[in-house]
Amino acid sequence: MLTQLTHDVATMSRRRWLAATAGLVLGLAAFSPAKAADDTIKVGVLHSLSGTMAISETTLKDTILFLIDEQNKKGGVLGKKLEAVVVDPASNWPLFAEKARELITKDKVAVVFGCWTSVSRKSVLPVFKELNNILFYPVQYEGEESERNVFYTGAAPNQQAIPAVDYLMKEEKVKRWVLAGTDYVYPRTTNKILEAYLKSKGVAQDDIMINYTPFGHSDWQTIVADIKKFGSAGKKTAVVSTINGDANVPFYKELGNQGIKATDIPVVAFSVGEEELAGIDTKPLVGHLAAWNYFESIKTPANEKFIKEWQAYTKNPKRTTNDPMEAHVIGFNMWVKAVEKVKSTDPDKVIDALPGIEAPNLTGGISKMLPNHHITKPVFIGEIKGDGQFNVVYKTKDLVPGDAWSKELEGSRDLIGDWVTKKCGNYNVKTNKCGGQAS
Amino acid sequence: MLATVHDRLRALALAVFLIVFALPAFAGPFEDAVGKFATDDFSDTDEAIGAVASSGNPLAYPIISALRDERLMFDAETSKVYIKQVDGKAIDAATGAAVDSIPDSASSVNLNNRLRRAVEAALGGLTLLSPDPATRINAAQSVFKSHEETALPTVESALAKETNRSAKQALSEARAAILLFKSDASEVDKLEAVATVKARGDQEAMALLTSLGNDQPPLVAKAITSAISSIQSNLAMWSAVQNAWYGLSLGSVLLLAAIGLAITFGVMGVINMAHGEMVMLGAYTTFVVQEVIRSRYPALFDHSLFIAVPLAFLVSGAVGVLIERSIIRFLYGRPLETLLATWGLSLVLQQAVRTGFGPTNREVGNPSWMSGAFDLGQITITYNRLWILVFTLAVFAILLAMLRYTALGLEMRAVTQNRRMAASMGIATSRVDALTFGLGSGIAGIAGVALSQIDNVSPNLGQSYIIDSFMVVVFGGVGNLWGTLVGAFTLGIANKFLEPVAGAVLGKIAILVLIILFIQKRPRGLFALKGRAVEA
Repeated sequence: MLTQLTHDVATMSRRRWLAATAGLVLGLAAFSPAKAADDTIKVGVLHSLSGTMAISETTLKDTILFLIDEQNKKGGVLGKKLEAVVVDPASNWPLFAEKARELITKDKVAVVFGCWTSVSRKSVLPVFKELNNILFYPVQYEGEESERNVFYTGAAPNQQAIPAVDYLMKEEKVKRWVLAGTDYVYPRTTNKILEAYLKSKGVAQDDIMINYTPFGHSDWQTIVADIKKFGSAGKKTAVVSTINGDANVPFYKELGNQGIKATDIPVVAFSVGEEELAGIDTKPLVGHLAAWNYFESIKTPANEKFIKEWQAYTKNPKRTTNDPMEAHVIGFNMWVKAVEKVKSTDPDKVIDALPGIEAPNLTGGISKMLPNHHITKPVFIGEIKGDGQFNVVYKTKDLVPGDAWSKELEGSRDLIGDWVTKKCGNYNVKTNKCGGQAS
Repeated sequence: MLATVHDRLRALALAVFLIVFALPAFAGPFEDAVGKFATDDFSDTDEAIGAVASSGNPLAYPIISALRDERLMFDAETSKVYIKQVDGKAIDAATGAAVDSIPDSASSVNLNNRLRRAVEAALGGLTLLSPDPATRINAAQSVFKSHEETALPTVESALAKETNRSAKQALSEARAAILLFKSDASEVDKLEAVATVKARGDQEAMALLTSLGNDQPPLVAKAITSAISSIQSNLAMWSAVQNAWYGLSLGSVLLLAAIGLAITFGVMGVINMAHGEMVMLGAYTTFVVQEVIRSRYPALFDHSLFIAVPLAFLVSGAVGVLIERSIIRFLYGRPLETLLATWGLSLVLQQAVRTGFGPTNREVGNPSWMSGAFDLGQITITYNRLWILVFTLAVFAILLAMLRYTALGLEMRAVTQNRRMAASMGIATSRVDALTFGLGSGIAGIAGVALSQIDNVSPNLGQSYIIDSFMVVVFGGVGNLWGTLVGAFTLGIANKFLEPVAGAVLGKIAILVLIILFIQKRPRGLFALKGRAVEA
């Protein structure tokens, strides 16, 4: 009897507890939209805060929060404060699409800043098209794409890979090439473009070695030994690395340990920035190269101011800055300008207003949004220094306009993206028709 | 460009000549040359390197070596150049006078790869006659690489008085390299040079021979072709040895990651998806230990790993015991629930570390005895891989001994073989469960210390090893430590022999397919437990 009673009480209290929790959750859910009143403009932030990509993307989330904070200090946009809506797609590609849908339909954001990997961008594309919203994509990528709803503020291959290869050919007299990458769409497409480019410059098939490794590859002994062997054929050899993310640290450690010095076989990387180098002792890597559109070590007043404010905002005097962060800075400022120009956050109006908008980049130039939704950027080649920063050894004279479609590939040579006059992302200039195919 | 290099090297040879005969140097041009370092312009720096190296000034070597190590500082405002010495003191580069402190506005002179090669060539020339044999060997090596004709007289005079055997060999190789590229060298000299380079027989020798032009006399050209093919076949043989070594090394990493799992999964039968996170905790313990050492006791840095190993064992072991007591003990006999609970737990642990330490990689340094490599025949063996192999075998031996010779080991074996019998013999089975799980987790923590030396220390560290670990344990035979050992090395070596043929991605797939086929044939793995110990 007594046990029966206590049992009842226990069930009772459990039920009550459940009810109370449910009530609380409902209450919170009902309360939160009320808090977000109409006098703010919502900005969606779609970057992974957990999972494998959190290592790179968390910083970009912080960057947007920082930019919004700065903009609000200046009085916001159109007299309204900006409000960030941060979601965590957890490095899970289908979840990117779900979260994008949630941001647009539920939170009614005016614009989204987000994605890192190409596969996450491809996964959210249909959502942005269907719901007609704006995505700013801040990472260097493989190109071969121009969408009405996406603005690409990172580098296209002609703004990073091609100038880097040109530099090695001219300055280091490189004759033999190792194209090493992680096995997914960005390295594969970039290497296809580079291979075509190198062959057009008269490099023989025998002098190109292409190698792919899985994500997070950690045992580089064989590959580094292969590179060493490939490099001992009597011609100056260089490695062009599209190795992504975590795999870089063990790769560079192995290079250092096997004694491959930059003076013998330089490695030029497209995915290694200040952030990645923070995890390694860079002494053995001095002289290896990276090609970017921004380096933290570039001394311009704009950059110095940005770094100081960023470090003050994050309360970390050692916090580094990197290239995709700068892309977000440019993209954010362009969006603000476009919104102020049309006095509305309506995506259609903003999309039409963006091409032609100019915003200063942090390295002293003025970047411009092009009709193909890519931007003009300077290209820098930097050599790794002992302190984990880069020393700029080459800079393009002018800003390079981003090509949505590579000039090097058979299938995309005649395509252009033009959302101003042609209203088309893949316009074929030979047949004068919209809807050409990428190879 | 080539002409300037040429001139510079000629000047350099003259400089060495001057040093040899200890002639007094002029002060004026030297100071001008040093001043050029302060303009922060690559071509000025290039000229300055040439001028300083050829000045014959005793400061030339300190300046050039400081330049190499980013210790040469310049102040753009005053155009002063300083050498930051290794002990932290500073001297004025132009005069050699001691300076109290370098101004804050000074920054180090920048180099690019072209200049770095010039620096190496200059240092090679400057140190060919150094009293230290190791320095002379290094100098000879860089001459071998640059094979500049102008260095020939210095190399020959150094060779004439060289007494050290390996330095002598390095110098004669350097001489051979120069002669091969010298267009007016006699055919006899060249043939002799080919033989010397052929005897060296490594990849650099091959690189040198293949880079020779086609303008050689026919006899020499023939000798070169045969030397190349003989080096090639020699290297091909060594590459098999090299693959075997890489396989052993990969196997040791697999074994290290799997050995803790061999206890928790193999012996206890708990499918612990959070095993990788125990490894990660060990790696982060190493990071914390190194941070404390860096800030408080920098002198102890080389010993940081010895301090981290027991601490990592304790941290991961304690977390393991906590998990066993609070979650897993309620789920014994329910493998699916255990799998899900520990999987969830692994996500919780990852996110906790991400929140605590941040999502980015943390730098764990290599102590000096774990950096670098040495050559064994024609293969390069890196110290970190070698020590990890040794460490893994030691951990394995200790674990084996513990299970066999200690009371706890006996109790563990008793409980896993027959729980109820053990309980009725008075063994506190639940205490043994907790300790066994703690032991497995603790060993995973130790693995984390070693893996922090070759991999990223990030919250995702564990994830990349969990699949491989299960693969090794299942392949080797559940419940058998020896099986895990053999399984790990077999997989490691198979992987490394497949990789050059099939590529890293296909190689990995091939291994997985082979294991699946193998498990079809022998579901209990390589070394199946037999007899009464096998339950169900």
